Amino acid sequence: MEGFFQALAAGLLIGAVYGLMCVGLGLIFGVMRVINFAHGDFMMLGMYTAFYLFTAAGVQTVFGNTVGPFVAILLAGPVLALFGYFVHRTLISHVSGTRTASLEGEGHYAQLILTLGIALILQNGGLIVFGSVLASIRTPLSSSAWELGPFFDMSIFLNKARSIDMIVSLAIMTLLSLLITRTRIGKSLRAAADNPTAATYMGIDVDRAHRTAFALGCGITAIAGGLLATNYPFHPFVGLEYVIVMYAGVVLGGMGSIIGAFWGGMTIGLVQQMSTLILPTQLQNAAIFAVFLLIIFFRPQGFFGRMVERT
Amino acid sequence: MLPMRSLLPPLLFTLAYAGISLGVTNSYYQLILTLVPVWAVFGLSWNLLSGYTGLISFGHAAFFGIGAYATALGQIYFDISPWLLIPIAAVLGGIAGLLIGFPTFRLQGHYFALAMLAYPLAILYVFEWLGFQEVTLPIKRDAPIAYMQFADPHLYTLLGLALMLATIVLTQIIERSRFGMALLAIKQNEAAAEAAGINTLAWKLRAITLSGAIAAAIGGFYAQVLLVVTPASVFGMLVSAQALTVAMFGGVGTVWGPVIGSVILIPLAEILHAEAGARIPGIQGVIFGIAIVCVILLAPEGLFWKLRDLLRKRNAPKATASDTAETVAPNVTTLRPASPRPATGEVVLEVRNLSRSFGGLKAVQDVSFKLHKNEILGIIGPNGAGKTTLFNLLNGFLKPSQGEVLIDGRNMSGQRPHVICEAGIGRTFQVMRPFLRMSILDNVVVGAYVRARTDDQARQFAADAVARVGLSAVANRVAGELSTKELRLMELARAIAGQPRILLLDETLAGLGHGEADEVVAVIQQLARDGMTIAIIEHTMQAMVRLVDRFLVLDHGAVITEGLPEVVTRDSRVVEAYLGKKWAGHAAN
Repeated sequence: MEGFFQALAAGLLIGAVYGLMCVGLGLIFGVMRVINFAHGDFMMLGMYTAFYLFTAAGVQTVFGNTVGPFVAILLAGPVLALFGYFVHRTLISHVSGTRTASLEGEGHYAQLILTLGIALILQNGGLIVFGSVLASIRTPLSSSAWELGPFFDMSIFLNKARSIDMIVSLAIMTLLSLLITRTRIGKSLRAAADNPTAATYMGIDVDRAHRTAFALGCGITAIAGGLLATNYPFHPFVGLEYVIVMYAGVVLGGMGSIIGAFWGGMTIGLVQQMSTLILPTQLQNAAIFAVFLLIIFFRPQGFFGRMVERT
Repeated sequence: MLPMRSLLPPLLFTLAYAGISLGVTNSYYQLILTLVPVWAVFGLSWNLLSGYTGLISFGHAAFFGIGAYATALGQIYFDISPWLLIPIAAVLGGIAGLLIGFPTFRLQGHYFALAMLAYPLAILYVFEWLGFQEVTLPIKRDAPIAYMQFADPHLYTLLGLALMLATIVLTQIIERSRFGMALLAIKQNEAAAEAAGINTLAWKLRAITLSGAIAAAIGGFYAQVLLVVTPASVFGMLVSAQALTVAMFGGVGTVWGPVIGSVILIPLAEILHAEAGARIPGIQGVIFGIAIVCVILLAPEGLFWKLRDLLRKRNAPKATASDTAETVAPNVTTLRPASPRPATGEVVLEVRNLSRSFGGLKAVQDVSFKLHKNEILGIIGPNGAGKTTLFNLLNGFLKPSQGEVLIDGRNMSGQRPHVICEAGIGRTFQVMRPFLRMSILDNVVVGAYVRARTDDQARQFAADAVARVGLSAVANRVAGELSTKELRLMELARAIAGQPRILLLDETLAGLGHGEADEVVAVIQQLARDGMTIAIIEHTMQAMVRLVDRFLVLDHGAVITEGLPEVVTRDSRVVEAYLGKKWAGHAAN
């Protein structure tokens, strides 16, 4: 029983960060309908950016070891958003948005191969620049825990760093949903996601909305990556491990639903942690895929998605 | 069968490649030369499913890995020769394809692609858990040839080439047959393909089974070449990505795409790895990535199509200019008032109390009518009256909530569209979805297979259909060069190529100018004179009044009235439905 609640707590903590990570991808996928294979690698860049901001750019000396990492992580967001903006402007916009009408398969083939190419460049470029040694953004909080309870003779331990990670990711999630629901930018994003053609007729610059979504998505996932890095060491090829979790989360939540992507990521986190109760650790990830497939078969529109069929 | 003309290029290519490879003595380069056909075949297997059907698979590593592990484990545990194991691997891959395809084909678009991603990765973890982290093939010194272990690495290259040649030829045969046509039709518009009599699920399952078999066979061969199998090297995401990369780089949906991609990319990656990898680890990946990005920005549909378009442009500017100058007049007599036709009165299609609702919306309610042999029935009504929904119920896209559709007295309601098409109902669509890169004739052939038993017969049916709509003069032009009117006629030809007895035409005159509409109307009249029974949906009354024998008027999903054109057009309920109450009053006065 204690094990169950401990796994539940761990699942909720990691799930919140996975949720944020998925939201970043969900924005891009939902608004642009582009399968971005390089998204895990943008996250990797976010991790390294936070790492270097913390160690080399003076954040550590100004804010100290406890608060510093989180400041660096939050700063990495805008940096990666800017980077994402330029990648979209120079590369991705050539095969997406309003330019795809003339391409076969609405440009999907070209988008896939382009983002695969970008992923290769980022991974291997990362290897050249950062080296293959494992890095991590450790804080004193990473190795200490709060004890909840005891309730009925059992206590639950919450890792302090992960708990703060969860709070940060919930805060960013809240800010993002305010941005999406309350502002003009949010409105244009929703319109572009819902029906690009109609949005164009309403005077919305769909390409600009795509650029915004891409930048925002990169920034958010970068922050999520930084949060993960407080507990998990990383390397230039870490993106491959997470990109699949991200897609599973986004599809679970329902394409085009931002809040859905968050709950999708949360589900993945829970499944991953809870599966340790009954399955050997090596099969943790197999369990994620099994759940992913089951949900896709029985509810292909995801938790929050709608089925839209156009004939 | 394949004409010699198309067999020659792959044969020459293979021979030239073999010649070059025999001259190479460096064993590392020899390995690269063996890997090129391996990845080409893997790319071809991916192309067979994803390139032709448009359903992108991120999970082809599942088949590749199953083949590789079957070949490795079969030797270790059962001491079977790889000569036998590779065919066994192919069978297992085919079974895996069937098992994966059956549930996964329910998904569409991105969902299909992402679901496919999950299979190899789930299997990867299972194999790691089973303890097959690194499986080394046993060395057989006593009988190396029997166990496909050659001292001379050239033999691996030749074997790989043989597999590649076989896969190329197989793909070419499929491309030209009913199989390939069905897959292309699915890629363009799955719904339209069903309506043209193609059992889409069956063809997709065939494609993934064959694709899985080829991928597993080449996976087995790969294990044999490298002699070591690890889960990541055969089930990993990069393996699936390799198939996508070579195929998309070279060109999707063509037999040459994966081959071109593999010939350029594999040596590039490997040589960069060998030359620069030691000094700056990762530089090969960066350069490889940059190469891919550059090519895709310049040729987003792959090298093959870009080169072909360039060649076309260079060779054909004069020819097309003179072609377009001569207009395409259908060789049919000009417009005549309708019906000097024998109306036999025999009922070929009967609709009884047909209803369909979407949630609370009653799109079609309690519609009943009869379609007599050889008549032209016009179905009219304002936007949202339920006209297209009615057609969708008739041809099986939608299942009725209530009521019956009787074709020749047999109740066919609720049947799949391809079954209804086989029963003799053809249809066209409001939104045209031609295969832009294919010729008109090839576009039409797709529709002919529902009746044709052989490929030759299908071509014959298609040529007849093209002639009947008056497009023979431009039959070999690519559909992308046609005008709206010609595309409408082509759609019509595709529908009649399946030799239907009843045609359902959905807004065939939409978007046409006055003169153009008259030409199309003349074609439809000629079809009716030749014995076709036609139901046509239209907005524009003018052309319809001259075309049809009888009108059926729908509004809010229900039949308002039914009868001869001159009666219906004066009916105040019809005027009201179209123009509102106020005008109905005017009309009455």
